[in-house]
Amino acid sequence: MNPLSGLQKIGSVFISFLETAGKLTTFTVSGISHAVRPPFYPRIIIHQMMDIGYYSLPVVGLTAVFAGMVLALQSYTGFSRFSAEGAIANVVVLSITRELGPVLAGLMVAGRIGASLAAEIGTMRVTEQIDALTTLSTNPMKYLVAPRMIAGITMFPILVLVADVIGVFGGYMVAVYKLGFNPSNYLQNTWNFLTFEDVTSGLVKAAAFGFIVTLMGCYHGYNSRGGAQGVGTATTNAVVSACILILSFDYILTEMFFAK
Amino acid sequence: MHATSSANPKISLSAVKKAFGRKVVLDGIDLDVAPGESVVVIGGSGTGKSVLLKSILGILKPDSGSIKVDGEEITRMGSSDRERINNKFGMLFQGAALFDSLPVWENVAFGILAEKRVNRDEAKEIAIQKLSQVGLISDVADLFPAELSGGMQKRVGLARAICADPEIIFFDEPTTGLDPIMADVINDLIVKVTREVGATALSITHDMASARKIANRVAMLYHGKIIWAGPVEDIDHSGNEYVDQFIHGRADGPIKMAVRA
Ligand SMILES: Nc1ncnc2c1ncn2[C@@H]1O[C@H](COP(=O)(O)OP(=O)(O)O)[C@@H](O)[C@H]1O
Ligand SMILES: [Mg+2]
Repeated sequence: MNPLSGLQKIGSVFISFLETAGKLTTFTVSGISHAVRPPFYPRIIIHQMMDIGYYSLPVVGLTAVFAGMVLALQSYTGFSRFSAEGAIANVVVLSITRELGPVLAGLMVAGRIGASLAAEIGTMRVTEQIDALTTLSTNPMKYLVAPRMIAGITMFPILVLVADVIGVFGGYMVAVYKLGFNPSNYLQNTWNFLTFEDVTSGLVKAAAFGFIVTLMGCYHGYNSRGGAQGVGTATTNAVVSACILILSFDYILTEMFFAK
Repeated sequence: MHATSSANPKISLSAVKKAFGRKVVLDGIDLDVAPGESVVVIGGSGTGKSVLLKSILGILKPDSGSIKVDGEEITRMGSSDRERINNKFGMLFQGAALFDSLPVWENVAFGILAEKRVNRDEAKEIAIQKLSQVGLISDVADLFPAELSGGMQKRVGLARAICADPEIIFFDEPTTGLDPIMADVINDLIVKVTREVGATALSITHDMASARKIANRVAMLYHGKIIWAGPVEDIDHSGNEYVDQFIHGRADGPIKMAVRA
């Protein structure tokens, strides 16, 4: 084997990485710049908001209620060893609002919305519908990408707010009906420890994740090539990359908010 | 060789080159289309016919060369000028490329709605009128593209292409994938509507029956170049063995099909 071919391989991987990074950056900047400049497409934005927000409610609600329930149960078995059961309400509400609400909702919706956006836009790409937009005086970035980004950024925080409430409610159910806590004490404890920043940090994360999910769905769909198989690959890539980015940005944002 | 036929061409390409990676698709295209003329570019599958149209539409950017529309150089145009030029174009895509989330009438009226020339009620009226121009009844207007046959989708695509009364219409393999009778119906429609709108037409096809029917002039694309161009009447005695082989569909001749593209 040629000793240079290994180096060549590393070089070409590095170049294609830079190329992708450049393409993604251009795509992101163009998407944002179209999202903040008129004309807007209110019909499409509302349609996307329904799809991303309203139709994700069952998935997000179920995820949140079970997350809250399991949190209460787990922290009870843990804390009862130190006779610190009183902290359960506190643990549940902080974990849900700061961490599990946004992350779990983000991951679930990444699967749902990231995949469907990539499949829809990818199909439009390979059937030349995106080219057709250009010939009909319509900028595809503005018509397809910007409304979906706007819908994602605005609907994710709302979804997460709902997830917060349902998650706390799940914890409450387990604490009160299974573990025998006093309901009003439990609610008191929930409120007392919760700060404004716990909730807002979670909602800011949610907006960031909404951006990530719609961006990845649109980007991979927009750049898909080569028929049905290309669309399939785009769908997978959209979901996987959105999930990885959500988890890494979760860490970065947590550090920005709380590591002071 | 420069395929010129008029002093003031509607579209003028010279030395247009386009490559994808190391694969050269267009290797110096020279072609003029006169106002009101119908030019058909013929060539085998994968020779770059669609790339040629998309370069003129600005969907793809040529690597070098010049493309002029009404004398204006469009390859280095900004996006607002580009949009103004694109308003002159209508395009029928190979697979019709209808928007499957929109009903037929919104597909047809998409361009005039986007330009805000009309409100939605007026747009629907115009769409229904354009649909009747391509032989579709008004009941079709509220169906979705997925509910239509291939031939009907092509007709809707045609109605969409002519809806904004374009000065120039592109047809990308208008008859591919249709049965011979439907293909002939579409050919007739193309001839009829381009005449009605008074448009300049540039079509690409590998269907010789279609080319003979809709062309005033034929140009043959081979290996990234226009190797022959002339009036459609001359096509049977072009004196070019590549053209002869292509129009008679013979496997043996100077054109060697690459088994691996
Ligand atoms: N966007 C693109 N990226 C890379 N290669 C492309 C692209 N578009 C077309 N090609 C290549 O250019 C060649 C010509 O394609 P095309 O113009 O579609 O052929 P046809 O003459 O059948 O319309 C093909 O080999 C195709 O693979
Ligand atoms: Mg083609």
